[in-house]
Amino acid sequence: MALSFDKALGIHQHTLGIRAKRAEVLSSNIANADTPNYKAQDVDFSQALKQASSKQRGVGLGATHQNHFSLQSSLQSQTKYRVPDQPDTGDGNTVDMQQEQAAFMENALEYQMSLGFLESKFMGLKKAIRGE
Amino acid sequence: MSLFNIFEVSGSGMSAQSVRLNTTASNIANADAVSSSVDETYRARHPVFAAEMTKASASQAQNQPSSMKVAVKGIVESDKPLIKEFSPDHPMADTDGFIYKPNVNVMEEMADMISASRTYQMNTQVADVAKNLLQQTLRMGK
Repeated sequence: MALSFDKALGIHQHTLGIRAKRAEVLSSNIANADTPNYKAQDVDFSQALKQASSKQRGVGLGATHQNHFSLQSSLQSQTKYRVPDQPDTGDGNTVDMQQEQAAFMENALEYQMSLGFLESKFMGLKKAIRGE
Repeated sequence: MSLFNIFEVSGSGMSAQSVRLNTTASNIANADAVSSSVDETYRARHPVFAAEMTKASASQAQNQPSSMKVAVKGIVESDKPLIKEFSPDHPMADTDGFIYKPNVNVMEEMADMISASRTYQMNTQVADVAKNLLQQTLRMGK
């Protein structure tokens, strides 16, 4: 039986990538806190995870020609605009700094958690390889 | 790796906020710069921010959400009317005895300054967290 990294690492390799993407989107929100007409976005985690792990199982459609459209490339499926708590802040900006900060920190901790899971998986693999 | 893009994004945020802080400093410093004509008088300056889509088409192909950097589109001078004051004793007074004061509202500028410095701090924190996450990722499996 060949050792498959995909199987050994499980879902955590995908969650890590999505959390990194989410960190990027949230950091964009924070950077654009004072930009007029900027609309805050967020990543739909469960949907992004579903997409990422469906590729692993081979259910996703592959592009066999350069002119094929990628079905999974639609931005809207992963990043969605936030529904603002206030009707309008005056300049069309929908960034709520407190909300974004909390979400960013939460996401950072979740990233660390996923990293911890991955690390323990690697430790398990190491032990298996060494035969300890 | 998306975490690397965070440095670009929060870096652009920091530079935008420092431009804002810079214009605020100019405005407050020149708040009392009296002159004798409308043209020579200092006018309040404010930067114009806009969201900048980075590599929108490229990232769309890779199924990644695009990061939004902040771009400083330019610095505009305020159109608010200058303060015209009758003060014949003033050494800068024109022939009719008027002096012109800049259209700077110091209270607004102070509030602007605090807002800019807080947002700058937030961006540094974001970059710091991203740095820590990346370092931990690099250490993984060691």
